[in-house]
Formats: sequence, C-alpha cells, structure tokens
Amino acid sequence: MKLALGPLLYYWPRDAVLRFYEAIAKTPVDIVYLGETVCSRRRELRLADWLNVAATLKEAGKEVVLSTQVLIESGSDVTTLHKIAEMSVHGDFMVEANDMGAVHCLEGKVPFVAGPHLNIYNLPTLQWMAALGIKRWVIPMEMGRDDLKLLQAGRPAGLETEVFAYGRMPLAFSARCFTARHYNLPKDDCQFRCIDHADGLQMRTREGEEFLVLNGIQTQSARVYNLLPEMDAMREIGVDVVRISPQSQHTPEIIDLFHQVMSNKNSAEAAMQTLTPLMPEQACNGYWYGKPGLELCGDTTLQRVAQTQ
Amino acid sequence: MAYAISDMNSNNDHSPAPVAAPLELVCPAGSLPALKAAIDNGADCVYLGFRDATNARNFAGLNFDEAAITNGIRYAHDRGRKVFVALNTYPQAANPQAWCLAIDRAAQSGVDAVILADPGMMAYAAKRYPELRLHLSVQGSATNYEALNFYHEHFGIVRAVLPRVLSLTQVEQVLEKTPIEIEVFGFGSLCVMVEGRCALSSYVTGEAPNTNGVCSPPKAVRWQETPQGRESRLNGVLIDRYAAGENAGYPTLCKGRFDVGDEENYYAIEEPTSLNTLALLPQLMKMGVRAIKIEGRQRSPAYVAQVTKVWREAIDNCRENPHRYSAKPVWMTDLDKVAEGQQHTLGAYHRPWK
Repeated sequence: MKLALGPLLYYWPRDAVLRFYEAIAKTPVDIVYLGETVCSRRRELRLADWLNVAATLKEAGKEVVLSTQVLIESGSDVTTLHKIAEMSVHGDFMVEANDMGAVHCLEGKVPFVAGPHLNIYNLPTLQWMAALGIKRWVIPMEMGRDDLKLLQAGRPAGLETEVFAYGRMPLAFSARCFTARHYNLPKDDCQFRCIDHADGLQMRTREGEEFLVLNGIQTQSARVYNLLPEMDAMREIGVDVVRISPQSQHTPEIIDLFHQVMSNKNSAEAAMQTLTPLMPEQACNGYWYGKPGLELCGDTTLQRVAQTQ
Repeated sequence: MAYAISDMNSNNDHSPAPVAAPLELVCPAGSLPALKAAIDNGADCVYLGFRDATNARNFAGLNFDEAAITNGIRYAHDRGRKVFVALNTYPQAANPQAWCLAIDRAAQSGVDAVILADPGMMAYAAKRYPELRLHLSVQGSATNYEALNFYHEHFGIVRAVLPRVLSLTQVEQVLEKTPIEIEVFGFGSLCVMVEGRCALSSYVTGEAPNTNGVCSPPKAVRWQETPQGRESRLNGVLIDRYAAGENAGYPTLCKGRFDVGDEENYYAIEEPTSLNTLALLPQLMKMGVRAIKIEGRQRSPAYVAQVTKVWREAIDNCRENPHRYSAKPVWMTDLDKVAEGQQHTLGAYHRPWK
C-alpha cells in the first residue's frame, strides 16, 4: 500500500505553499498530487511554480501527479487543460483528470489517474474507463466498503485503486463563490478573500452545529473523514493507495501516523489517540459504511477514541 | 406554433434569413396527467422517468409504469411531439443490470431519446441500440466542449443538457466548438451546485441525486414547532427556522439559513428561488441553443400546464419578432406564482449572480 497527499484544496499565500511542500518532501508520503483544482482565479502559484515544486518532490523520491481543475467553465480553463495534457504527453508528469474534458485530452495518449469527481460508481463504467488508459482511479467520496468490494472483484488487472481516507471532504462545486458571497463581493472582484481562511470558512447551523465548510466555489464537509482505523479493511480488499487531504496544520504529523499504521509500526488505536486532537473538527466515516456521510459508524477504534476524548 | 412561424419568416421579401433549427420546448412529466398538460399547452417534447432509482426524480407517487408510458408515448406521438426517457442516475455497484434493463424497456417502448449520465450505460445503449438517440443528462456534468466532444465521439451523443453553471458568453463559447445540440434550463428550481458533482444530500441523508435520484429526500425531513419558531430538519440537521408569519419552504439543504463567521441567519449558499431565463430567449435562440428545458417532474400537472403555456407563447413570440421581443410582465407574474420561493433569478447566465 502507498500513501498519497491529495491536492491542496485551499488558497494559501505563496510562501506558505512552498514551505508546506518543503515539509512534505521530508515525510514518508509516496505520491503527491499538485495543482489548483478549485478556482482558476487563485494564482499565488502559476503552472511554472507548481512544476518547480514537483521537481523538488521528485528529487525527494516522491511520485508527482498534477491534478486538473474540477469545474471547467471558461475558454481559458480549457487552454490550461490543454497545456497540462501536452506536458503529460511529453512525459513530464502524470495527470489526475478531474473532469471528462481532461479525460478527453489524455485518453489513448498517456496513462492518467481518474480523479474522485468522475463518477465511477459501477463495474461496467470502471472497465470502460480503464480501457482509455487509466493507471489508477480514485473512488467517489460517496462510495462505501461494500460497493468498493464489488468493483475490486472485477477491476482490470494492473489498475490501482485509491481511497480518500483523511480530511474534510470536497462534496460540491458551484459557479458561485460562497466565500465572496459571504463578504458581499462579486466573484469577478472577490479580492481573493479565501486566502484569509487557511482551512475554509465554517458554516454552522442556527443551533451552532459545525455543518459545512465554504472554500470558494467548493463546499466541504465540516467533519473530517477518517479511515485510519480501516487500514486493515482497505488492505484486505486490495486498496493500493490511501489519500490524505492537506490541512493548514499538522499534515506532516498526520502522514506520519498513517504511515506508522500502514507499516505496522503503530496500532490504529494508539495512532488515533494522537491524531484526534490534530483534527479541525470531529471525525466521520458514514460513507464507508453505506450511511449518511456525516455519521460515525461501526464498532471502530474511531468511535472508542471519540468517546474517550 | 413555432414551425409555422419559421416558414413564414423564410418566405418574406427580405434577403433570406438563415432558417435556424426550431427551438424545442422540453417539459417535465412526472405523471400521465402532467404529460398531457404539457402536450396540450404546447410542449414540443416531454421527458419522464420510470418508477425507480434509474432517474433523478425518484419520489413516491411520481413517474411511469408500463401502461402509463405506453399511453404517454401514444398521446405525444399522435400529436407529433416527442418523448424522452431520463435514465440519469449512476447505476450502483450492486445492481447495474437494473439500469441496462431500463434502457431495454425505453428502447423497446419506442421513445424518441434516452437521457443518460453514466458512460457504462452509454456504451451499452450505443452498442445494443445503435438507432436510439442518446442525450447527455445534466447529471453527466459536462460544462465544457472537451467533455461534450468526449461523449459525442465515444457514444454518438447528439444532445447535451448543460449544467446551470455557465454564463451566456460561456454557453456561446461551448456552442462554437461542439457538434452536439445544446439544451439549457429555462425555468424551475435552481441547483446552485454543478449537477452530477454534488454529494451534499448523501452527506446528510445517505441519498443523493447521483446514487438514488433524490436530493434532500422527504423521508429525511422533520418539521418541529419550537419556542424559537418552526424548524425544518434533514436527518436531524437544522436547515431552517421560521419566525411566525414567515413562509416556510421545503428544506432543500443548500437553501437553508445558516451562520458563517459573524454573519448569522443568512442564505449562505442560495435563496429558495427559481431560475427564469425568459428575458434571455432572443440571445439563446440567436446563439443556436436547440432546446429549452423546464424543470419540475416533481410538480403538479397544473404547474406544468401554467409554465408550458407561458413558455410556448414566449418562444413563438420571440421567433416571430426577435428584435422586438421582451418578456411580458404577465408572463413573469404567472411564472413567479409557481416559482420556488415566489421569486426568480437568471442564475449563472447573469455573471453577477456568481
């Protein structure tokens, strides 16, 4: 099993991003997904900057994948897509396609990763997509253990499966920027206010329950999806890659903890004890159990630890 | 009707204007009475679903069984109109065969097109029924020409419904670079999220459009009278709270009131409102949009009749006189009466909305 760091979903100042990836280079993570997947207006790092970060990470022995934007709207979004696809074809790096437009630019030319937003929910679709040249696929956020088992049983040989296993889940995308809306600013003149919210903007219900996180045009779960205690279950059904999603604090420690459990150097329970205070909000794992995503299910270490905290 | 007006225009004395393909009015049919209401009031096409999770309006009491679909198709075809079947959820891992069977049923019943979202289903339909017209559902989430052309090249998709995320300019850019016919939403409840890539409902309730064909499903809704006011909850999560005298709306989870930072009790994501693009008709026609879709298979036959009637009149009016067209106040009033939240917006077509 390998450990991956998903693309940075938030907007951080350039220096913060560069420092973050310097620290990541020193962690035991195997694969790092880079690039802006949320909003084309975010330009603290340009494509060339991401390539520099990629070079540093490669030197540190990491596999680097460039992720494409999820919601492609404008002509210039498509132009960026073309540029990324072209570089991938030249062998610079592999791409995570997060939209069928990206798939169209890559299929048959170069192996690529099918990202978590391509809606691969069943075996006929997985098999059909695999024939286009997918090296790895990331399961949908909504997919549970039982459905995954069915797909694993019929997946084409050599195709790797990756599971989003830690972090606030990207649940929805919109043409509207909810951060700009919060500040009563039009999206075209958003003043890049999302840069002030390193882990997004918390949205609470009227009785104070942390519900969702507004991250520009993306909406995330407030609760943190956490499958650390499911490491053995994931291994058992042949999951190849476990994804951690970046947060502004403690990401290297979280990678370490996942790595310890993955390599049997630490028990899931002990790792969870250390991990719990590092989470920005309480844990959830409902999707994995085929339940509402925000629930915490199963007789898991997660629950026991949650109860003792 | 639109076709006759088109002929008149092309036969006048002025230099021959290019005869644009007629703009089709595509209306929702959640039941046989709604289908008839749509046809009687001037719909060119109706779209409907089977009574199961294969379509994105999988609500109790809605949709078509065998007898109803046979009747519906006959009613439409006798009057020269078309019937589309929406099979626009994503087949679930445990039973993808159910969706293939639905394609078989649709193809064998003689519908004019099926509306699909899942590549596996498209591959099946294209192989098994090469003559069957395939439309890409809005749930397919294709927002750019590369994505549209992907579906066109692999499966021969002939029409796509665009997600409600593009501005008018962006719609035009897409039209310039794809051979696929484009259908856009004209009226109805507004999804603020890009369709096909929203899991908010399953996060809260376990069921969502992609997986179960529902959003904020009724069975997860609870209403409670409390000292603070009337509360609507979705699987226990407080979506909204209404003061005495306030109109309470259905608790679609992205249209509730929440607190963010210091700002309390506002529609942080979207107000309860309907999309209404009547004002944009001339531009949409001019840029070559092929069809206007009306949302609302979950709505009553009376709603369908009202909305179809207004849009029929507007489209005919616009075709006749595109330069002098303006959305009549009476149309807007009639539509606002049946609109969600009794108000409307141009949505993403109008850039400041974003």
